[in-house]
Amino acid sequence: MKTAATVNVEPSRPGLLSRLYVPAILGGMAVTMRHFLRNLLGQKDVATIQYPEERREYSDRTRGRHILTTRDDGSLRCVACYMCETNCPADCITIVAEEDPEATVEWEKRPLSFEIDLLRCVFCGYCVDACPKEALIMSRHHEMAFTTRDEAIVGIEDLKQKGPIENEDLGYRPYY
Amino acid sequence: MTDSLRKAGMSQTALLELFPGGDTFDAHTASDGFVEMLVDRSRLVDVLKTLRNHPDLACDLLLDICGVDHPERDQRFEVVYHLTSLDKGHRFRIKVPVAEDEPSVPSAYGIWKAADWFEREAWDMMGIRFDGHPNLRRILTHEAFQGHPLRKDYDPAQRWVLTESETMVPDWVTERPEDEDHFETQILNLGPSHPATHGTLRIVVRLDGEVITRAETEIGYLHRCFEKMSETHGWNEVIPYTDRLNYCSAMNNGVGYALGVESMLGVEAPPRAQVVRLILCEFSRLMDHAVCLGANLVDLGALTNFWYFFQPREEIYSLLEACAGGRLTVSYARIGGLAQDVPHDFSSRVRQLLRTIPKFIDDVDRLVTSNRIFRDRTEGVGVMSAAEAVAWGWTGPCLRASGVPFDLRRELPYLGYDQYEFDIPVATTGDCYARYLVRLEEMRQSLRIIEQAIERLPGGPVITDNHHVALPPKSKVYSEMESLIWHFKLIYDGIKVPPGAAYTATEGSNGELGFYIIADGSGHPYRLKVRPPCFAIFQAYSHMLEGHLVSDAIAILGSLNIIAGELDR
Repeated sequence: MKTAATVNVEPSRPGLLSRLYVPAILGGMAVTMRHFLRNLLGQKDVATIQYPEERREYSDRTRGRHILTTRDDGSLRCVACYMCETNCPADCITIVAEEDPEATVEWEKRPLSFEIDLLRCVFCGYCVDACPKEALIMSRHHEMAFTTRDEAIVGIEDLKQKGPIENEDLGYRPYY
Repeated sequence: MTDSLRKAGMSQTALLELFPGGDTFDAHTASDGFVEMLVDRSRLVDVLKTLRNHPDLACDLLLDICGVDHPERDQRFEVVYHLTSLDKGHRFRIKVPVAEDEPSVPSAYGIWKAADWFEREAWDMMGIRFDGHPNLRRILTHEAFQGHPLRKDYDPAQRWVLTESETMVPDWVTERPEDEDHFETQILNLGPSHPATHGTLRIVVRLDGEVITRAETEIGYLHRCFEKMSETHGWNEVIPYTDRLNYCSAMNNGVGYALGVESMLGVEAPPRAQVVRLILCEFSRLMDHAVCLGANLVDLGALTNFWYFFQPREEIYSLLEACAGGRLTVSYARIGGLAQDVPHDFSSRVRQLLRTIPKFIDDVDRLVTSNRIFRDRTEGVGVMSAAEAVAWGWTGPCLRASGVPFDLRRELPYLGYDQYEFDIPVATTGDCYARYLVRLEEMRQSLRIIEQAIERLPGGPVITDNHHVALPPKSKVYSEMESLIWHFKLIYDGIKVPPGAAYTATEGSNGELGFYIIADGSGHPYRLKVRPPCFAIFQAYSHMLEGHLVSDAIAILGSLNIIAGELDR
């Protein structure tokens, strides 16, 4: 058990040098000049990115736009169990279920409609955590612009994976 | 949390004897270490005065006042006071039941100035009147708002159109105390959209020439009634909401909340999760201070520092994003641990940051600390004495800059903070310059803590295997019936937190961040009250302004680090 010590960071009485104003300013100038020269000589140490030409590399856990994954035959893996809708802190998912005519012993239902209001969504990933079928995952796609509010409510057609899953820019998925 | 009665060094009977007629009410130590007292409102002022003034009790810091609604009880409402003594370390919770037909209690404003806004909030949210309060107006909602949103019978889905425009015009605006020496009186409105307010808040000032003679603040522009939302959503679903409290250090809020619920459940996060939480919390604190100092300096005309501070901040955000998947709103903590394990290169990235960040802190230090322009603009500006700061309910770096070495990481250690070596910087002048120095040193201390923590990062799981609390691993959910059932039950029914109440406090970047959580055994919180540190700090702001120049008002505002997300909730 250690006890943190209290240290005093009392402002010191300004010494002659700082009262003279110029030496402290020169000291500060030296700092900015060092940065200026480093940047000038190509040792770029600024965090600014020339977006959109230049983009930051995001991790493979980035929580972006959702993807509804499909089975090998192209049907949705979603079994309309409402888990994501229940677990959503933003209440942005609306599912309407119907009986799946191709149901097997593994599932009975499929979504008639599956809508996410992307303007309500907070991209927390709780829907991905809740999904027991890995039917809902997230991509790294995060640049979304809409001209109307209705446009932001996306359905199965917009969310369904296009082509093989490896071709999607995959983001947040179950890891354990 | 330690036993407050033992800390106070007295027995329950001895405690009750301190109060005149103390045998008329009940006192016991609650599970969260608070001494809990149920007091009738006719005795409230006596009890609070004794708590404040008795040398053995000395509860000088009022932490929080909130209302709780129990529609099924005879006395429907309960007003709850949380108090602590800086000197003795004990904590008290006072509960005062009030009936629905006359929901009023005497105001505590005369005892602690901190009661000012907390009482206004309880009036606004719960409709409890505080007799004798000097200015009992709504604070978080608009003047024209109907009803009291945190009452259980208030329907949050109702909507109506607000037809009145913004009305807050203080009475004193029309007073023009002019004489031959003072003839330039005018009213100036700062905010709600103003580059120096760093968030939506409004300050009305009356100027005599350039000197502020009176000021008043208005908040609530960012109010979203997070506490009401929490009452209808599951325990874990609250974590994304907490990210939006102090969004400059989102990790700290989520961890504070998770620790609160864990203490009620009797669950502890695995050691690895604790250390990762601690590392990311300290990084978040560092970022928060960097934003505060950087923005404060920009307001004072020193733009370069902003860039020097934001560079490491970007890198820390990248680290958070690699762990959690989000940069600003991380939603990384879960009740019982963390959402997932850190990436494999976590340690090396943390060490890399530990190598680069000190350089930026040193750069700002060299640029600013002995710069005479900066010193002249901040020294002696916005001075807050220690006694006043405590009276207003200040905590965190602002309180420490006034000379009170109060830091919850030492007073009530959580996440194993007592296992680390670090210093708590204090300054006594209590001005903007002292707040700058304290924050700058705290950034270095945060790095020191992380340095020790990364060396002892243990292996193992990052979330508890108690599936009453945490979701089972996905691989098992896909393959095992039992895990799938746990998964379903946890999502649909939620965590079953046993009925009870607890107040858990952590040291947020701005001060004591408290969560007062009431559970009724169902899958969501019955009541969740946040004690936001900058709410208490900001209520003193308008009183600090008198006699200062407008430019000083900006300097003071920046040095207090007001985060609107936390202020308005």
